[in-house]
Amino acid sequence: MLYEFDAGKPGLQFVEQYDWFGDTGVSYLVGVDGVSVFMVVLTALVFPLGLLASARLDVRVKAYTFWFLILETSIMGIFLAIDLIAFFIFWELLLVPMYFIIAGWGHENRVYAAMKFFLYTMAGSAFLLVSILTLGFLHQSATGNLTFDFRTLMEWNGLAESTEIWLFLGFMVSFAIKAPLFPFHTWLPDVHTEAPTFGSVVLAGVLLKMGAYGFLRFSFTLFPDASVDLAPLLLVLSVIGILYGAIVAARQRDLKRLIAYSSISHMGFLVLGIFTLTTIGLDAAVIIMVSHALTTGALFLIVGFLDERTHTRIMSELHGIWRAAPILGGLFLFATLAGIGVPGLSGFVGEFLALLGAFVVHRWYAVVAAIGVILAAVYMLYAFQQSFTGVPKGVTEKLRDLNLREIIVVAPLLLLSVGIGLYPKPILDRVEPTMKALIAHFEERTDYREPQQSGEEAEPRRSEGTRPRGGPGHSRSGR
Amino acid sequence: MITQVPGPEIATPSVDWLAVSPLIAMVGGAIAIILVRSIARRSRHAYPASIGIALVAMAATAVLLVIQWHDVTDEGPTSTVAGMLRLDLFGVFLSAVILAATLLTLLASSGYLRRERLDGPEYLALLLLSAAGMMAMTSANDLIIVFLALEILSIPLYVLAAYDRRRLASQEAGIKYFVLGAFSSAVFLYGIALVYGATGTTSLTGIADFLARNTLIEEGGLLIGIAFLLVGIGFKIAAVPFHMWTPDVYQGAPSPVTAFMSSATKVAGFAALLRVFLIGLPLFGDTWRPAVAGLAILSMVVGSVLAIVQSDVKRMLAYSSIAHAGYVLIGVTAAAASSGDAAERGLQATLFYLLVYAFMTIGAFTVVTVVARSSHDARHALSDYRSLATTRPVIAGVLAFFLLAQAGVPLTGGFVAKLEVFAAGADAHEYYLVIIGVLSSVVAAYMYLRIVVTMFDTEGDVDAPGYVRARLEATVSIALLITAGLTLAIGIAPGWFLELAKDATLAL
Repeated sequence: MLYEFDAGKPGLQFVEQYDWFGDTGVSYLVGVDGVSVFMVVLTALVFPLGLLASARLDVRVKAYTFWFLILETSIMGIFLAIDLIAFFIFWELLLVPMYFIIAGWGHENRVYAAMKFFLYTMAGSAFLLVSILTLGFLHQSATGNLTFDFRTLMEWNGLAESTEIWLFLGFMVSFAIKAPLFPFHTWLPDVHTEAPTFGSVVLAGVLLKMGAYGFLRFSFTLFPDASVDLAPLLLVLSVIGILYGAIVAARQRDLKRLIAYSSISHMGFLVLGIFTLTTIGLDAAVIIMVSHALTTGALFLIVGFLDERTHTRIMSELHGIWRAAPILGGLFLFATLAGIGVPGLSGFVGEFLALLGAFVVHRWYAVVAAIGVILAAVYMLYAFQQSFTGVPKGVTEKLRDLNLREIIVVAPLLLLSVGIGLYPKPILDRVEPTMKALIAHFEERTDYREPQQSGEEAEPRRSEGTRPRGGPGHSRSGR
Repeated sequence: MITQVPGPEIATPSVDWLAVSPLIAMVGGAIAIILVRSIARRSRHAYPASIGIALVAMAATAVLLVIQWHDVTDEGPTSTVAGMLRLDLFGVFLSAVILAATLLTLLASSGYLRRERLDGPEYLALLLLSAAGMMAMTSANDLIIVFLALEILSIPLYVLAAYDRRRLASQEAGIKYFVLGAFSSAVFLYGIALVYGATGTTSLTGIADFLARNTLIEEGGLLIGIAFLLVGIGFKIAAVPFHMWTPDVYQGAPSPVTAFMSSATKVAGFAALLRVFLIGLPLFGDTWRPAVAGLAILSMVVGSVLAIVQSDVKRMLAYSSIAHAGYVLIGVTAAAASSGDAAERGLQATLFYLLVYAFMTIGAFTVVTVVARSSHDARHALSDYRSLATTRPVIAGVLAFFLLAQAGVPLTGGFVAKLEVFAAGADAHEYYLVIIGVLSSVVAAYMYLRIVVTMFDTEGDVDAPGYVRARLEATVSIALLITAGLTLAIGIAPGWFLELAKDATLAL
């Protein structure tokens, strides 16, 4: 599918439609664009690897595989759905398998974590549902046609400004919880820490991207005015998230928790990139989505393998892993470096582009956010230093190294990370038309609606933002 | 056949026998069972024979309902028995839901009666009589009929609630239900009297006509009457603040009876609510609509919040049924919306929700019946469900499915039903109701998950002496299969059922 995807087209491809709920305007409507195609491919990549990674599992294997496949179905559904209600159905459906996977196969505090995950997400989707329904019916009362097909709703221009902001906020709460943005992030460390290895990988690799994906796919296209108006709010939240995640990560003792907080920081960059509302920032966002899934997925896998062997993830109890298990240590270092954005690896491309996009438009946000990059290096390398370097002691003394199966699971993620780091052009080619169309949609819509107010304020920002598209856009493909 | 109000020379009103045939079939079945019982006395064959009679009566009713449905689709709704009853798709639809609930209750209770050594035939007769009352309620077009139906359905239920007479809790439930039920009937009757005093008629269409043509100088009596009617019906549908009896009665009554009460009675109550208020008092919509919305909010919030602090599964499900009544009331509020489109959607959502809810709740209470098997229907504490999944994975899985469906998880009927009422609420611009609704369903989800977590807890002591040993009888398996299958089917492909509910809203 990735191969057949036509890089030149901005719109949706492979669209299929079936009526689902009779005449209530809900239909099973799927298709992909430049953003979702990568998420679908990523999902398809992560799940087989995840199943391979959990091959050692020996309790209730049938049930595990059952939930596993339902989870994959629902995630695919989320990224493929074009109909808003179908999207919401998969969005909610996701909770069930994830809940049972965490509660059934997680660590000590699993029941609490699973419950927290379920309730947080459900509370978020409550607002999402209300917003979707409101949008659908407002559209119906204006045009007489009840539909939740977001392509139709996107073309429709009838929302009053204040309504649009409310609806945007409704979508935002749901996506921000999933993303997670700063004030809505508290579920993530608990859930990531208590989830089984595979659960963490899926959470980090795919679930966290759903929030950002939602912003890109739905919030922007449906509520361009509100997106422009509220962008500063989200920029501030994302910068807080970057710094907060990084600082808290530096204080963690548990490796999994540390990676979880680092995810909050990385997701900050992602949202920062999105809400610069520039092509370059949006491209960056997609790269971060893919890259973060690869690197953090790899980190969680390695820590999971480590945990299977040592039964502890507390850093102060682990010493000299590198010497005891060189392959494990080496891969961990590799993933760490990719995560903190060493040039040549995928983390760098994404964060650099996001900062670049932000710098052009909102200089100070970029400056502050850049501190997050430095902090990332601090906490990751500090953790590495404490647990992996030095002389093996205690539980790590008789550490077995990774076996072939485990290497096979981790290696593709890291290889892809190198690939993207060295040559991100294939991704950018496929993403860029979609993003250009998105920006064009913004320009058309905000000009069209409110030329005096939000248009005036937003217009110079965008024209500034679009200017460097030519410059760095060309040079980066050579990197 | 359209029958008009008869002229003065005819002493008795003409009766459209097709319209009343389902009622005749049900009541006939009940009488036949009692006859068999009195002839056969203590014979071993009395119980199987009465099950056979009940099944035949229900099958006949089902066929008659299908015939009615086609008839009405072709010829439009009609009134009969001097405008007392109305034959329309609304009534046929809800009668069918009630019939299905009755059949499932019968399946769930056949084994139960045997093992608890209760008299079977009388139980079945009461069940059929009560169901007949509910069906009459769905097609009532006159306040007197509504009241008669209310009594016909309630009195057998009082007896059924106390049916397990050796168990104190069951007796207590029966008395409690009887005292409060009788009180609410009295309030309802007083409401009828006041409305009659204001309008001079008890016919619902007559009241609407009168109010359309005349303006009341003094509205006080009518308003108090409307309030009393709402209180009386609010009691039957267990809406807060008229819910006080629900947890106690649901907990104490025999579990299959609880299943019947929570599903069919609620359907009948909502049928009455919709009939009386949408047909009789549409012009006073602005007056009673806020009250209904208030009941909806209170029911959703109180139902889901109080469910959390319960430690008894039956009580939890009782509070959850209160919350469900709140969601349905959102649909009712939307059905009273001013714009015709939104109103139709609201009514459709209400009917659809009642259909789905009946299956979900009967399924859940059937599992409760199964789990309490070894303790003679006495132990329903949450702790009795600990580690159920370890010993009885199928039963635990089925209950988990029903609970998730009630929580509104996608691909179950519960999700579609909630989606529809919330959509109807949004369509009617009742955004605050929808927001409270979705938030309260998050709270309720916590409660459902608590049960699920307990069942899937692996640390329970399954070898302890008092541990629950559940076994499935064939009839119960069939009931569970039907309810779970339908809940799932409606969740995946709701189109056909939604169409049915939509048809049923026509020409109300």
